[in-house]
Amino acid sequence: MFRLEARTSTPAWFNLALPLLAIGATLILCSGLIALAGAGVVEAYGVMFSASLGDSYAITETLVRAAPMIFTGLAVAVAFRAKFWNIGAEGQLLAGAVASCAVGAIPMPGPLAMLLMALAGAAAGAAVALIPATLRVKFRVDDVVSSLLLNSVIFYALMALIEGPWKDSFSGYPISPPIEDSANFPVLLEGTRLHLGVVAALVAAPVIWFVVARTTLGFRIRVTGENPEAARYGGINVERVLISTALLSGALAGLAGVGEVGGVHFQVMSDISPGYGYSGIVVAMLARLNPLGVVPAAIFLAAVMTGAEAMSRATGVPAFLSDVIQGTALLAMLVALLFTAYRIRRVGIAK
Amino acid sequence: MPAPLIEMRGITKSFGAVKANEAVDLSVAPGEILGLLGENGAGKTTLMNVLFGAYAPDAGEILVQDRPVAINSSADALAAGIGMVHQHFHLAPRLSVLENLLIGIPGRSGRIDRAGGLARLAEIGRQHGLALDPDLPVSALSVGEQQRLEIVKALFRGARLLILDEPTAVLAPTEVDGLFSALRSMAAQGLGIIFISHKLNEVRALTHRCVVLRHGRVAGRVDTPASTISSEMARLMCGHEIVPPARGPSTPGPAVLTLDGISTSHHSGMALRDVSLSVRGGEILGIAGVSGNGQRALAGVISGVRAPDAGRMTIAGKAVSRFSPSAVQALGLGRIPEDRMTTGLVTNLPLADSMVLPRIGTVAFSRNGLLRQDAIRTFAEAQIKAYDIRCPGPMTRAGALSGGNLQKALLARELAFDPKVLIVSQPTRGLDIGAARFIHEKFLDMRAKGCGIIVIGEDLEELLMLCDRIAVMYEGRIVGTLNSADASVARLGLMMTGAEA
Repeated sequence: MFRLEARTSTPAWFNLALPLLAIGATLILCSGLIALAGAGVVEAYGVMFSASLGDSYAITETLVRAAPMIFTGLAVAVAFRAKFWNIGAEGQLLAGAVASCAVGAIPMPGPLAMLLMALAGAAAGAAVALIPATLRVKFRVDDVVSSLLLNSVIFYALMALIEGPWKDSFSGYPISPPIEDSANFPVLLEGTRLHLGVVAALVAAPVIWFVVARTTLGFRIRVTGENPEAARYGGINVERVLISTALLSGALAGLAGVGEVGGVHFQVMSDISPGYGYSGIVVAMLARLNPLGVVPAAIFLAAVMTGAEAMSRATGVPAFLSDVIQGTALLAMLVALLFTAYRIRRVGIAK
Repeated sequence: MPAPLIEMRGITKSFGAVKANEAVDLSVAPGEILGLLGENGAGKTTLMNVLFGAYAPDAGEILVQDRPVAINSSADALAAGIGMVHQHFHLAPRLSVLENLLIGIPGRSGRIDRAGGLARLAEIGRQHGLALDPDLPVSALSVGEQQRLEIVKALFRGARLLILDEPTAVLAPTEVDGLFSALRSMAAQGLGIIFISHKLNEVRALTHRCVVLRHGRVAGRVDTPASTISSEMARLMCGHEIVPPARGPSTPGPAVLTLDGISTSHHSGMALRDVSLSVRGGEILGIAGVSGNGQRALAGVISGVRAPDAGRMTIAGKAVSRFSPSAVQALGLGRIPEDRMTTGLVTNLPLADSMVLPRIGTVAFSRNGLLRQDAIRTFAEAQIKAYDIRCPGPMTRAGALSGGNLQKALLARELAFDPKVLIVSQPTRGLDIGAARFIHEKFLDMRAKGCGIIVIGEDLEELLMLCDRIAVMYEGRIVGTLNSADASVARLGLMMTGAEA
């Protein structure tokens, strides 16, 4: 018989071991589904790996897909540190995309356009995140529910925009007008889609790490999240910290949308995000809310997404497997987190 | 002699390199109240958690009525007739007394046996003087009543041995008497009781026998606590003599804190009604009173978390115009909270973070919004050394420290900045003799340096020992102030019931 027993301390190597354990468990669990779909497990995972990380082009594709999830992962990680439960990164991403697309469509010099797109996108995301944060601070409205439901509001507002005023009058498709060519983010490697936004995402992670770990704002975010009462008695304005966190979180999610518009799609359409906002939650949890951990976690999920399509073509296993892997990885990580607080002990059978 | 109800033989339990219990033997006979005495960290709670099935021992065995049993969960313990009342209660606050009692009790054919529960509750209440209103929600009960419910719960589940982990730490003096008479009544009916405490007078008054733990081992057994002198038991607990510090004469300076006609509204708990008081530099003022008579509101106003509706307050001669923790702190107020874990420290973060929390925005620990990592670490390390805070280092999770060490850490963080006034609530609640002694000495040191100190407390002997003057609170007002020289436990006790001085 086994039982759980409370731990007095958590070893440091758990930070690395737990996500790896969770990912390993996920791949084992999902291999059952691959077998069920009638394909060879080793072959399917092999195709997945080579299509996502097997050569330099595949790696750039995976990085392009990881970039928005790095931003949404950072957004969620920062918010969850303060226990501001921002489930609304998806809506904040869409708002960022719409705002940057509107700015990018105005003719102006390229660098200026890109800078203004980023500012507009970040501001739009922050504005959306401000809503659930204000509701929570002023009226104690549950932020999980309000931020989650806002995603639908923003999505349908976007649909109204591209079905209405932005609709392509020439083709009739519900897509926005494209941004100016000069506003397209430069590609860094000829023949790939590796754009400036990917670099921005990779730079953002250590910057956010620095903010959380080394600034007074980060200190206040951590303390407020862990014990708001002690923070209040310690002279921290808890409400202000929650609002600041929401603005930072929303801005980061908004930047995810900016990268998709400026570097990948150059316009806005209804499926501009295949749930990158929600994936951000998985990324942040796998990273144990550490901004530096967000990068490998996002790359893992991006590799699964990129690889699943190729696996589907090669073996006939439905590409939905990538969603299953994502969901299983989140559940596995939540279970693995148990081991930070408990250890398993073997005990004798009770008589 | 009857067979023991339970017997623990050679119990050893380690956490990493720390031996929390080493070869501990202990037994309880029916009708016996056994005291389990020891300083914080002596291994009392660990031993009882082994008995109650929360931890598996590394070695040793547990016998229930001479038969060895494996206790791997609280369900096993309950099945073996062992009930435990923890320091922190395990109750569902929104459910009623009766519903809490029936949680986990199988009903009859899928239905909750409400009538049967009511009958048992009334019976237990009658037998031991543990009456409770079955329909009140737990959130409406006082702490003493919640504890009573925990005891009733254990009896309801057929416990023949009851473990109480520092039950008096949360009770007012008047409630302690009620608890003791209930425990004596249970023992008289053949139940066994293990009473964990580090208060010598309680152990002497209540228990038949006691076991003293030190560093996880049995340091001694006292067969007749009532006729054994306290200093002998204290020596067993600490391993050396404990002498209370002497409060010398002092020459108080000008007032460092004044409250003039302060009133608050009923917000949560008792409101303040026209409270005026003053504390001079180099003076310790005690606030005595049964808890719930406005002490919390008073501490809230002085700490700046609660703005009064009327009245004026000054700190170091300056009027407080804005009530916020940072504003009063800037004027020179230091604060040692009543509840270390919830309003003092951040248990999940490194100790260093808690130690710099109130002053993180000052140049001591940050500049231009950036943390001064080295300054924070140096400060924390220096305080850990100066106050002998037992922990692996400043990056240790604060929650891993014992209560006494946490209190030292809070004291260190406030005293390091030489406050002009210090407000302290229940400074030694839950602390062992050695740690309490250390805290008292620090207060007297601060007094000698000219700091004005307000101590809110219920332990009258502690207040008489520490304070120059003692004010008594009753129903939100100050009913009188005595010089310590003129005060006595009896006189203060009378005033605490509302009688005029």
